[in-house]
Amino acid sequence: MAAGPAPPPGRLRAQMPHLRKMERVVVSMQDPDQGVKMRSQRLLVTVIPHAVTGSDVVQWLAQKFCVSEEEALHLGAVLVQHGYIYPLRDPRSLMLRPDETPYRFQTPYFWTSTLWPAAELDYAIYLAKKNIRKRGTLVDYEKDCYDRLHKKINHAWDLVLMQAREQLRAAKQRRKGDRLVIACQEQTYWLVNRPPPGAPNVLEQGPGRGSCAASRVLMTKSADFYKREIEYFRKALGRTRVKSSICLEAYLSFCGQRGPHDPLVSGCLPSNPWISDDDAYWVMNAPTVAAPTKLRVERWGFSFRELLEDPVGRAHFMDFLGKEFSGENLSFWEACEELRYGAQAQVPTLVDAVYEQFLAPGAARWVNIDSRTMEQTLEGLHQPHRYVLDDAQLHIYMLMKKDSYPRFLKSDMYKGLLAEAGIPLGTKRRVFPFMWRPRHSSPSPALLPTPVEPTAACGLGGGDGVA
Amino acid sequence: MCDQTFLVNVFGSCDKCFKQRALRPVFKKSQQLSYCSTCAEIMATEGLHENETLASLKSEAEKVQKKKAKRHCFVLHQVAERVEALGQFVMKTRRTLKGHGNKVLCMDWCKDKRRIVSSSQVCHEHAVTMPCTWVMACAYAPSGCAIACGGLDNKCSVYPLTFDKNENMAAKKKSVAMHTNYLSACSFTNSDMQILTASGDGTCALWDVESGQLLQSFHGHGADVLCLDLAPSETGNTFVSGGCDKKAMVWDMRSGQCVQAFETHESDINSVRYYPSGDAFASGSDDATCRLYDLRADREVAIYSKESIIFGASSVDFSLSGRLLFAGYNDYTINVWDVLKGSRVSILFGHENRVSTLRVSPDGTAFCSGSWDHTLRVRGMVFCFPVCERREDG
Repeated sequence: MAAGPAPPPGRLRAQMPHLRKMERVVVSMQDPDQGVKMRSQRLLVTVIPHAVTGSDVVQWLAQKFCVSEEEALHLGAVLVQHGYIYPLRDPRSLMLRPDETPYRFQTPYFWTSTLWPAAELDYAIYLAKKNIRKRGTLVDYEKDCYDRLHKKINHAWDLVLMQAREQLRAAKQRRKGDRLVIACQEQTYWLVNRPPPGAPNVLEQGPGRGSCAASRVLMTKSADFYKREIEYFRKALGRTRVKSSICLEAYLSFCGQRGPHDPLVSGCLPSNPWISDDDAYWVMNAPTVAAPTKLRVERWGFSFRELLEDPVGRAHFMDFLGKEFSGENLSFWEACEELRYGAQAQVPTLVDAVYEQFLAPGAARWVNIDSRTMEQTLEGLHQPHRYVLDDAQLHIYMLMKKDSYPRFLKSDMYKGLLAEAGIPLGTKRRVFPFMWRPRHSSPSPALLPTPVEPTAACGLGGGDGVA
Repeated sequence: MCDQTFLVNVFGSCDKCFKQRALRPVFKKSQQLSYCSTCAEIMATEGLHENETLASLKSEAEKVQKKKAKRHCFVLHQVAERVEALGQFVMKTRRTLKGHGNKVLCMDWCKDKRRIVSSSQVCHEHAVTMPCTWVMACAYAPSGCAIACGGLDNKCSVYPLTFDKNENMAAKKKSVAMHTNYLSACSFTNSDMQILTASGDGTCALWDVESGQLLQSFHGHGADVLCLDLAPSETGNTFVSGGCDKKAMVWDMRSGQCVQAFETHESDINSVRYYPSGDAFASGSDDATCRLYDLRADREVAIYSKESIIFGASSVDFSLSGRLLFAGYNDYTINVWDVLKGSRVSILFGHENRVSTLRVSPDGTAFCSGSWDHTLRVRGMVFCFPVCERREDG
């Protein structure tokens, strides 16, 4: 189950906050006034008090949390799976049925958070009890476990059998109703802690997590620590912050602007390729396409970053800059990006190349940076590292953003592109589900030597994972 | 018969005074030592100036912290009251990918918007058997020609993708990152040549793929780092990470310093994701809430929670416009939140075990969720009813 040594029970509670929350829900369900309606359930000849029906549980949950029945059913099912509610009639399967099936609430003694991890010895005693009481009641996987435990705790097996017999004898002295209930409770507990093969193990956690030693040690707070804290908070206080009302308004305008461009919110034309199995949308919006859609051209006007990130937009912007004889700015920026994200070994060569082409006095494509930045950059070039051109790059970026970009948006070129760009017509949704087109896998980028214009023969990338 | 836990005292020679005493673990510059209680006390008061005591420093720190916390601020849904509510969404599963023999732990989309890589013990489509058991992180390179993955083997390895049947992919693998504990998340930066990793040893690191060289490391988390995300900003210099210490920290990639930190969650942060504009990020945590933190206002601006949601959120992602927040939970469901109004738009069922990973495709047409039930589901929006009367989910 859990890799590594088992942590103490208190730790599980802290690690799994959902257990505490489930317990709170279950406790409020048992409230005499506000809780689920309890009734006595007749099972053959015995009468079991404080039982609830599945449908009552679902109704109560739906009402308490103001959720749909489907969600209430799901929540109830989760409670049952974790053993907080158990079925009276068929204790083998931990499922919630939204009908008259009777259920009861698990006693806190057997709650996962109280009695975890489940001890092997206890499991052995439980299985031995089952075996002694009636031969042949052990199911296959239980038999395997029994044999395995027998081998493992062979030295203490007498203790196991003795305990089992004691518990059975004590149980005989109880009333039949109590005996039945305790048996159900115990069975539920073991179904949760030792699930049969095929059933999901709800107590399973991901690997690792919390194995970092620092998390378990209480830091001795030294003077150094407090001094750092004080400095950090003072810096935070002094940091220029934007008024939250402005920040929040920014979200509204961002979402409002981008809403029509979001396929999951507003749909997409001609159709969403995942829904209609028609990849026309992808063909029309391929990275390099001759005729970009209207929405795409509009996006170039949202921010400078959007324009640069789109290869088609960037190409048009480069053309525009060429007309204004400032194309070297964009090229310089691109070269700096290549340096920043390039391989470490290439840094010196790239820096040299950039210097030769853009920064050296009399260079072929000399960029116009202010003298102070230029001086600092040239100084830094003596010890080239990947961030050495950051200041110059930022200066040029801002220049383009504040100056060339607004002019581009007002230019005839951009207006022309906007006017030319078309809005694709929506395709009719397929009515008959069995008329599906066969899906073809699209070619992987790993196969293509260079970015390629997609042809109409390109099929839909399904990637059905059956290897 | 009842259980009691006893604290085990380690006896031995103190690392400072070498006397035989009961020892306590102590950390000095990330190195663990064992000090006796006297030496620990002495160490705690080192560096104090005159008129300073630990208590006075502590109270000063608390005062400054309170000043920072006390600022009258609006929350997002108050401002968003005038925004039109979203309609009722119907999302349908359009692809169910079964191919893993085991729990799906992580997935990533390729930039071509159609392919994904996912990990558990076997990587999807190009089957690569990894020597370790759990592969907890995977990422697609921007060019689509390589993938990176790692997990309990403490390493991050990059595999160039090939379709040549004769080539053994594992043979071409390149071990890039080396941590001292499991790898929890990895991501390529803007190119194929740099990788950012987060690890259970409490650090994040930036590596050069070609040489395997460590370019920068980021220390500051007090526990395992579980997730990270790169900022979509113009200057492209920061990233955010979340960890088991309930903190989300924003780092400057160039200097390795923590720029901002947010600590309002009540439990481990499983997933962080930037808002599309880059001015905020969302985090999903084991305390069953998702929260939105604004970077410019330097505080939390929205909480996405509901009483009926009890299990932790394992994975979050935004739609393209940032209006919808998709969150996958450990109770097998996916909840879709209206980011502006703070209300839940819909709940999606379908998985039979916990949802471990969730990503929206790069062009925003669909989102894919991977789960411990061995499947991945790709879902898209079929249609949206316009709102006339909202019944619940207020």
